[in-house]
Amino acid sequence: MGLLSKKDAKLITDPLADNNPITIQVLGICSALAITAELKASLVMGIAVLFVLGVGNVVISLMRNIIPSKIRIIVQLIVVAALVIIVDQVLKAFAYELSKTLAVFVGLIITNCIIMGRFEAFALGNGPWKSFLDGIGNALGYAVILLIVGFFRELLGSGTLFGVPVLGDPIEKTGVYSIGYENNGFMLMPPMALIVVGLIIWVQRSRNKDLIED
Amino acid sequence: MEHIELFFKSIFIDNMVFSVFLGMCSYLAVSKKVATAVGLGAAVIFVLAITVPLNWLLDQYLLQPGALKWLGAEYADYDLSFLSFIMFIATIATMVQLVEIVVEKFSPSLYNSLGIFLPLIAVNCAILGGSLFMQSREIETLGLALNYGISSGIGWFLAILAIAAIREKIRYSNVPAPLRGLGITFIITGLMGIGFLSFGGMLTGGDEEAKEEKTVEVIKTETEEKKELANNTKIVE
Repeated sequence: MGLLSKKDAKLITDPLADNNPITIQVLGICSALAITAELKASLVMGIAVLFVLGVGNVVISLMRNIIPSKIRIIVQLIVVAALVIIVDQVLKAFAYELSKTLAVFVGLIITNCIIMGRFEAFALGNGPWKSFLDGIGNALGYAVILLIVGFFRELLGSGTLFGVPVLGDPIEKTGVYSIGYENNGFMLMPPMALIVVGLIIWVQRSRNKDLIED
Repeated sequence: MEHIELFFKSIFIDNMVFSVFLGMCSYLAVSKKVATAVGLGAAVIFVLAITVPLNWLLDQYLLQPGALKWLGAEYADYDLSFLSFIMFIATIATMVQLVEIVVEKFSPSLYNSLGIFLPLIAVNCAILGGSLFMQSREIETLGLALNYGISSGIGWFLAILAIAAIREKIRYSNVPAPLRGLGITFIITGLMGIGFLSFGGMLTGGDEEAKEEKTVEVIKTETEEKKELANNTKIVE
């Protein structure tokens, strides 16, 4: 990493694991879980948050000295809302089908706690470049969890990845289905997303004992 | 009848927490004690009951395609629906601040119990989600919008009350160390969600036919939209 100093690189790598926004900071669970039944939707959601958080952090950080602290929440919300409208319009124009699946959850990026949380905790006190890196890092940490959850839910729930069947054909009984394997339709139900995230937290915390709560 | 149906549907079947995961952040953060959970739950019901009808009016008379008809015939083709996110969130943020000021002035005791939660609520996804679902489900009258706001608030209240009660008890159980705290809360919420799935059959008795008709309509409108889109792109080309 010639471009980034060690400290800057840490801003990106930290949220990927030990300070992950979803499993450690408990931010942004709201819109994360509902759309993870498919890997494709998870990926798009991750990219959307990456854009909003990266750009939003820079904008807020540039304005940090002129925002009156009393109305800062409204200012932050307006900045996010404007960015989310851009994402929404782009999705509607270039991926209409997908924007139907994501439906209101694109709009809910506005109140995604990750975004407000990072604005409050980081962008209001640091310069634009650092805020940009922090935004990218946290959005990547968010996207990683989304992709893991989406991977397991789509694989076990419908036997596909990105819509491509990988386990054979359930109707023709080819691949693993020929030995009696069945798709677990329950994985597509909303509550299973919570349980999968719970299991991820379990794995992560049993590998890193420092994270255990008492 | 319509009101009763919507009321129970939004409390149990379309529960904010268990079926669409809205307001999860504050749900997880503020559910350690029953008393604080009740405070936040009450504040959510209160704010939803105000913002959903308000945003319904905005949507109906300002944002929907053709909503500006009341200004005169030449405004009938305007479609401002792309502005709905920014309008809704601005309404919510201002309403929350206003409510905070009013409550502080007229009822200090209520302010003391709700006060600290009110700023939190502006960024609670359940509030914005309420307005966005109200828009996408095309709720027809102001009365139904008010009903929807209150009942989905009650659904959220029930959910946070239940999890807070369970978390108070689970402190005495021997949970595996890495699962303690956050992990077990996720899993319990998942199990509660599975329980709530069983309410799904509650309101289907007798109206299956009506539902089928509706889906056909939806498909129709979708194909129409696609056609429109295709036409638009042609014009652009």
